[in-house]
Amino acid sequence: MARAVTTRHKLTFTILGWTIGFLIFFPILWTFLTSFKTEGTAVATPPQFLFFDWTLENYHEVQSRSNYMKHVTNSVVISVGSTLIGLALAIPAAWAMAFSPTKRTKDVLMWMLSTKMMPPVGVLVPLYLIFRDWGLLDTRLGLVAVLTMINLPIIVWMLYTYFKEIPGEILEAARMDGASLMKEIVYVLTPMAVPGIASTMLLNIILAWNEAFWTLNLSAANAAPLTAFIASYSSPEGLFWAKLSAASTMAIAPILIMGWFSQKQLVRGLTFGAVK
Amino acid sequence: MLTRTLLLGAVSALAMASFAHAETLTIATVNNGDMVRMQKLTEDFTKKNPDIQLEWVTLEENVLRQRVTTDIATKGGQYDIMTIGTYEVPIWAKQGWLLPLDGLGDAYDKSDLLPAISDAVSVDGKLYASPFYGESAMVMYRKDLAEKAGVTIPEKPTWDQIAEAAKKMTDKSSETYGICLRGKAGWGENMALLTATANSFGARWFDEKWTPQFDQPEWKKALQFYVDLMKEAGPPGASSNGFNENLALFQTGKCGIWIDATVAASFVTNPKESKVADKVGYALFPTGGVENHGNWLWAWNLGVPAGTKKAEAAQKFVSWATDKAYTELVASKEGWANVPPGTRKSLYANPEYEKAAPFAKITLDAMNAANTSKPTVKPVPYTGGQFVAIPEFQGIGTAVGQQFSAALAGSMTVDQALQGAQALTTREMTKGGYIK
Repeated sequence: MARAVTTRHKLTFTILGWTIGFLIFFPILWTFLTSFKTEGTAVATPPQFLFFDWTLENYHEVQSRSNYMKHVTNSVVISVGSTLIGLALAIPAAWAMAFSPTKRTKDVLMWMLSTKMMPPVGVLVPLYLIFRDWGLLDTRLGLVAVLTMINLPIIVWMLYTYFKEIPGEILEAARMDGASLMKEIVYVLTPMAVPGIASTMLLNIILAWNEAFWTLNLSAANAAPLTAFIASYSSPEGLFWAKLSAASTMAIAPILIMGWFSQKQLVRGLTFGAVK
Repeated sequence: MLTRTLLLGAVSALAMASFAHAETLTIATVNNGDMVRMQKLTEDFTKKNPDIQLEWVTLEENVLRQRVTTDIATKGGQYDIMTIGTYEVPIWAKQGWLLPLDGLGDAYDKSDLLPAISDAVSVDGKLYASPFYGESAMVMYRKDLAEKAGVTIPEKPTWDQIAEAAKKMTDKSSETYGICLRGKAGWGENMALLTATANSFGARWFDEKWTPQFDQPEWKKALQFYVDLMKEAGPPGASSNGFNENLALFQTGKCGIWIDATVAASFVTNPKESKVADKVGYALFPTGGVENHGNWLWAWNLGVPAGTKKAEAAQKFVSWATDKAYTELVASKEGWANVPPGTRKSLYANPEYEKAAPFAKITLDAMNAANTSKPTVKPVPYTGGQFVAIPEFQGIGTAVGQQFSAALAGSMTVDQALQGAQALTTREMTKGGYIK
């Protein structure tokens, strides 16, 4: 009897899980489907789900109008570059705060987070002027720098919470055995924190990949990543949903595939320590 | 030593490369059919000017506006040519942000530009941007539905005639709505239509002392008329409809009348996209008791920012993209129906164009009827038409647009919306130093 209840429970939860999953995934699915429609079918009411004349015309149009590979390369360089530099800066910072806290540590953390509270447009003009004077406008270097800075607080916070989960006694034991600071970080701390570091890295790559305000405002022709590629397909006068959907599908495809392959790491990292 | 030699080599190689390299122009542009076509035809330009290369940055209208405004205001120098609207040209020219276009060459023929458009992009008689395509607003209606309902829409209709026709054409059971008008909040969305409508009812945004006029009977009449008409004969959810939403509704046969930018005519008559391509009739923008057809006038123009170091090459490109020869180039490659409309007299004198574009005459009439230097019946301290050409208008227009959109949605009354508009406009204009 008890077994039957469990099965029914399982079934209910499975259906519920799949339903929620489908609802969350639906916009992406719809974008994907729309990208194969003509502009006319894309706005048709009632909307057509699967039975329409599938066409690759939008992909063809998008390919011929934009240099997709240039935008992808820029996106990869900017998101991976900013995340790696961010990690290099944040690991020592988080280590220090997690294992040698002072009474000001909490304030420092809050202060870091507070930099995220200001609307970015508030610093657009000053930053634009600095970029202009330093010749950083429309360069990948400039965008890597700005994305590193805006994501740094999040990286530090995430790493700090992961490091906090690691018992200090293990590090002490390593020290007792004569490990130097460097060895302690490389051989003891890092292997234990790998899931946390990996998920921080993945999440930050995704954040940087999707960042649209700075990447649009500080780039023009050379450093423009995929956000600019998408923005070029929305039109004030004339229908554009199908072409925009094709461009969006192409823009999210690389990061979606990356997320797919690394989802085990991502889930492990995000739930790291939750059961302790 | 070796490093230094290598470094020196690299630097000189770079210097050589920049000498040998052609000049590259970066062009910021908006995504619409005519601009995309221009992008495809640039080979013609680079063939004629092998020493100039072109880089395109295409962006959505609002993103583009924000992007180029930041750049030009800080003299960032990211772009050599910018696509800007008739709203920006006079404001930016007065700020000294744009170069006067005096190097366009003899073939350009400035006197061929439509006077309304030429005025809109000139300051003190000097051209500060070159119009690429222009538009006014007009009535587009379904001839078949009008006939079925037993109504006729004259060439110069009044708002009352439009309202009567719209109500008779409406058949909500078959999802046919008599009239589709913009309702989505935004200075370039519902406020374009409502400012033009208000103009045609004899209203004005400001009196000569910059006092907002939303408390005057003309505004009340115009807004009440719009809200009542849309409630009775408009589609559901009209407060979120902009140009594209109404275009989709009209093309799929759900609207009897659509009053919007003249450029829409080329979309709704395109049989590939539109189900009603052969059933569209046209009329001038309606009047509401005064002799004013709304004075809607817009053009996308190419301007050269003062921060560019390549002014000469930039003007060469502007001239190529907006002179008469370009029209012929488009016609030879893509047909006359796809030529950018609304900028030159010669296009409308061309019988081939008239044959390919049945809406050519009414477009020209609508553009000629627009007067941006005297947009309203009563005297005003501003120029414009469906907008007020002051820098504050983007913000104020959008905020007022939200009030009016709410009135259309029914979440506030017309009186409340007008009071809200009056209060916020007074506040912003006082802050801006217009009201002392």
